[in-house]
Amino acid sequence: MSDIPSDLKYTQSHEWVRALPNDQIEIGITDHAQAALGDLVFVEVPELGRRLTAGAACAVVESVKAASDIYSPVDGTVVANNAALASNPELVNQAPYAGGWLIRIAVDSGNAAANLLDATQYERFLADEAQ
Amino acid sequence: MGLKTPLYDIHLREGAKIVDFGGWDMPLHYGSQIDEHHAVRSDAGLFDVSHMAALDLTGGRVREFLRHLLANDVAKLTVPGKGLYSCMLREDGGVIDDLIVSFMTESWFRMVVNAGTRAKDLAWIRAQAAAYEVEVRERVDLAMLAVQGPNARAKTAMLLPAADRDKLLGLAPFVAAEFGRWFVARTGYTGEDGFEIALPAEDAAAVWAALRAAGVRPAGLGARDTLRLEAGLSLYGNDLDEDHDPLASGLAWTVAFEPTSRSFIGRNALERARAAPRFELVGLVLEDRGVLRSHQSVTTTGGQGDITSGTFSPSLSRSIALARVPVGTQGTVTVEIRGKPLAARVVKPPFVRRGKSQI
Repeated sequence: MSDIPSDLKYTQSHEWVRALPNDQIEIGITDHAQAALGDLVFVEVPELGRRLTAGAACAVVESVKAASDIYSPVDGTVVANNAALASNPELVNQAPYAGGWLIRIAVDSGNAAANLLDATQYERFLADEAQ
Repeated sequence: MGLKTPLYDIHLREGAKIVDFGGWDMPLHYGSQIDEHHAVRSDAGLFDVSHMAALDLTGGRVREFLRHLLANDVAKLTVPGKGLYSCMLREDGGVIDDLIVSFMTESWFRMVVNAGTRAKDLAWIRAQAAAYEVEVRERVDLAMLAVQGPNARAKTAMLLPAADRDKLLGLAPFVAAEFGRWFVARTGYTGEDGFEIALPAEDAAAVWAALRAAGVRPAGLGARDTLRLEAGLSLYGNDLDEDHDPLASGLAWTVAFEPTSRSFIGRNALERARAAPRFELVGLVLEDRGVLRSHQSVTTTGGQGDITSGTFSPSLSRSIALARVPVGTQGTVTVEIRGKPLAARVVKPPFVRRGKSQI
C-alpha cells in the first residue's frame, strides 16, 4: 500500500498539497504516483515568479519510461522551487512528501484550492481507480 | 488479462510490476529498473524472454528456403549451432520482423522471433515455406531465459554438471549448443556477454530459482530497453517496421547483397533504395537536460528526421536516442521537446558496450 499522510490534501491527478502559513502551499507528487512512474530521471520545475493557473501544467517529471505533467491546484505565483531535483530527481522516489517536494506557491487571494481530497478520500479514489 | 509465461507466478513473488507487452503480461521491473540496469552492466541479470517465439524449421530444403526468405544469407552458417541476425522483408523492402536463425543440421534450423509479431511472422513464413516443403513448428513447449552481464556465463555454468561446464564456457559468440534439456546460445540484447537459454517450460521455475541462488538478479523489460538502446540494438516496432527498409533502419550490415545470384524476398526494392539512399539511423546524445523520446522531431541541416527510440541512459547519466535522419547528417542537430529546441550530438551507436562508454 502506498503512503498517504493524513495532514495533506490531494488532487485526482496525484499531486499532494501542503498548507503553509501566509496563504502559501507546497506541492509534490504522491507516493502512489512516484511508484507508478518508476525511477525518476528528470524534473523540470517553473522558475520563481512564474504565474500559475489552476488546472494547467506547471512542471514535468520524467521517469526512464515516460514523461508526466504536474498540474497546479491553484491560481498563484511560484515563490520557491526545489533546486536539488535538477541533480537528484530520485529524491521524488525516495521521499515524495519531504525532500521530493516540487514548488511552493503564493495563492492568489480568495482563490483557495477547490475540489481537493483528504487522505481518506484519496485512498478511496486510488481504490476506485484500481478497479 | 494477457498471455502469461511459465514464470508469471514467480514474477509476482519477486515483486514485479506487470505490464502488457505485445499481448503478454510481463515484468516491467522488480522495484528499480535503474538498479536492474546497473546489475546487468556490472554483474549478472536474469530476464524472462519466454514471450518470444522459438520456431523449428525442418525439411531437406530448409537452407535453400531460408536463403530466399531472409535478407541476410544463411550460407554464412557452416558450423552447427551458429546463429545469424537477419531481417525478414516484404517484397517492397519493409521489415516484417528481425530475428535470429541458428543452423542446427542440414534439415533443422531454429528461429527466434519477436512476441508482438509472432502471428504475422508464422503466417508469412508458412505461406512462403509451402513451395519448399519446409515444416514450421512453434515451440510453445519451451520457456526462454536470458542471463546477461560480465559474470553471467560463469554463474550459469555453476548450474551444469562439471563435465559440461567447459563446453558451455567454450561456446563462441552467436553459437548455440544443447546441454541436456537446455538449448543455450551465446547471444543477448544488452551489449553484455551472456546466454539465452531455451528449455522445457516445466523446468523454467527451478532454473530461475537456481540462477537466483547463484546470485543472478531479476531484471524486467524496463532495464532490457535501456540496455539494448545503450547497446545500439534495434527494437522492432520502434526503430524497425514495415514502412521502412533495413537500409533506412541502421541495418544495412545485415543485408547480404553478395552473392548477386541469390534472389531473396525484398532484394529488388533494396537494390533501388541502395542506389538512392534518403534516410539513415544514427545515435543522438542530448547535450541539454531532458529526455529524448520516440516521435520527437529532429531538425538537421539536411531536413527533418524523427527519434525512433529515446530514453535516459543509466550508464551515461544523460539522454540518448536512435533517430532516422537524412543521409549524411553529422555534428549537432536540434530536437524539439515540449516546444523547446534542445541540442543533440550525432554519434555512431553503440553508446555503451561491455560496460564501457563508446561516446
